[in-house]
Amino acid sequence: MTFLLDRPLDLHRLVATVSAPERGAVACFVGVVRDHDQGKPVRRLEYSAYGPMAEAECGRIVAEARTRWSAEVALEHRTGMLEIGDAAVAIAAAAPHRDAAFAACRYVIEQVKRRVPIWKREYYADGTVGWVDPTPVKRTAGQADGEAAPAESVSHNDWGV
Amino acid sequence: MTVSSDPTVSVRVLLFASYAEALGHAALTLMVPAPATVAALVRVLRARPGGELLPERPLCAVNLEQVRPDSPLQPGDEVAILPPLAGG
Repeated sequence: MTFLLDRPLDLHRLVATVSAPERGAVACFVGVVRDHDQGKPVRRLEYSAYGPMAEAECGRIVAEARTRWSAEVALEHRTGMLEIGDAAVAIAAAAPHRDAAFAACRYVIEQVKRRVPIWKREYYADGTVGWVDPTPVKRTAGQADGEAAPAESVSHNDWGV
Repeated sequence: MTVSSDPTVSVRVLLFASYAEALGHAALTLMVPAPATVAALVRVLRARPGGELLPERPLCAVNLEQVRPDSPLQPGDEVAILPPLAGG
């Protein structure tokens, strides 16, 4: 599966990918470009990635979710320039029952944020530009919610190295 | 280059996002003095113009695998220096 796309994401296609007669629950998450960040009006976002490594890491995350919850999971992340309201990341997780579907979906988005080498550049309404650094608001190891984060992935840099 | 019995190691360095902007390169080939480790490469980068933006221990990957700063480098390795991740 290719996880990084430079064209609009299609959640319905992802849902179709994971749906099956034995899976009675499909949980979805869509991350959308927001018009502000920390009080600053934002006009658009540009995503870039270390492609080969991002693909590999997304593959590992999806495989982990499949194994842990016996779920079928589909994940796509946009790259390139996005406008307000565009979907930046889309996830569909299907399982026989809703608890596993929700848990798998939540796991995938939290791990994508922690582990996948993707960066975003914000273009502000005042004409300035800035790289997003989420480090100050990241959870530390002592605060991480155990459900979302395997111990080995939680450290100062989220890679455990 | 200093004269030494230990050879320097030539590696391919990939920089991304804010780090590429600060150093003015997305990719470059650098010689790392022996003993060649990821940390030694980071010191070489930090000494370059704009390199002061790099932390002493940035996220690093060698040949697509996450590594520790004391990881050794082999000739021809692809070393990626990664700014704080911001996907999602």
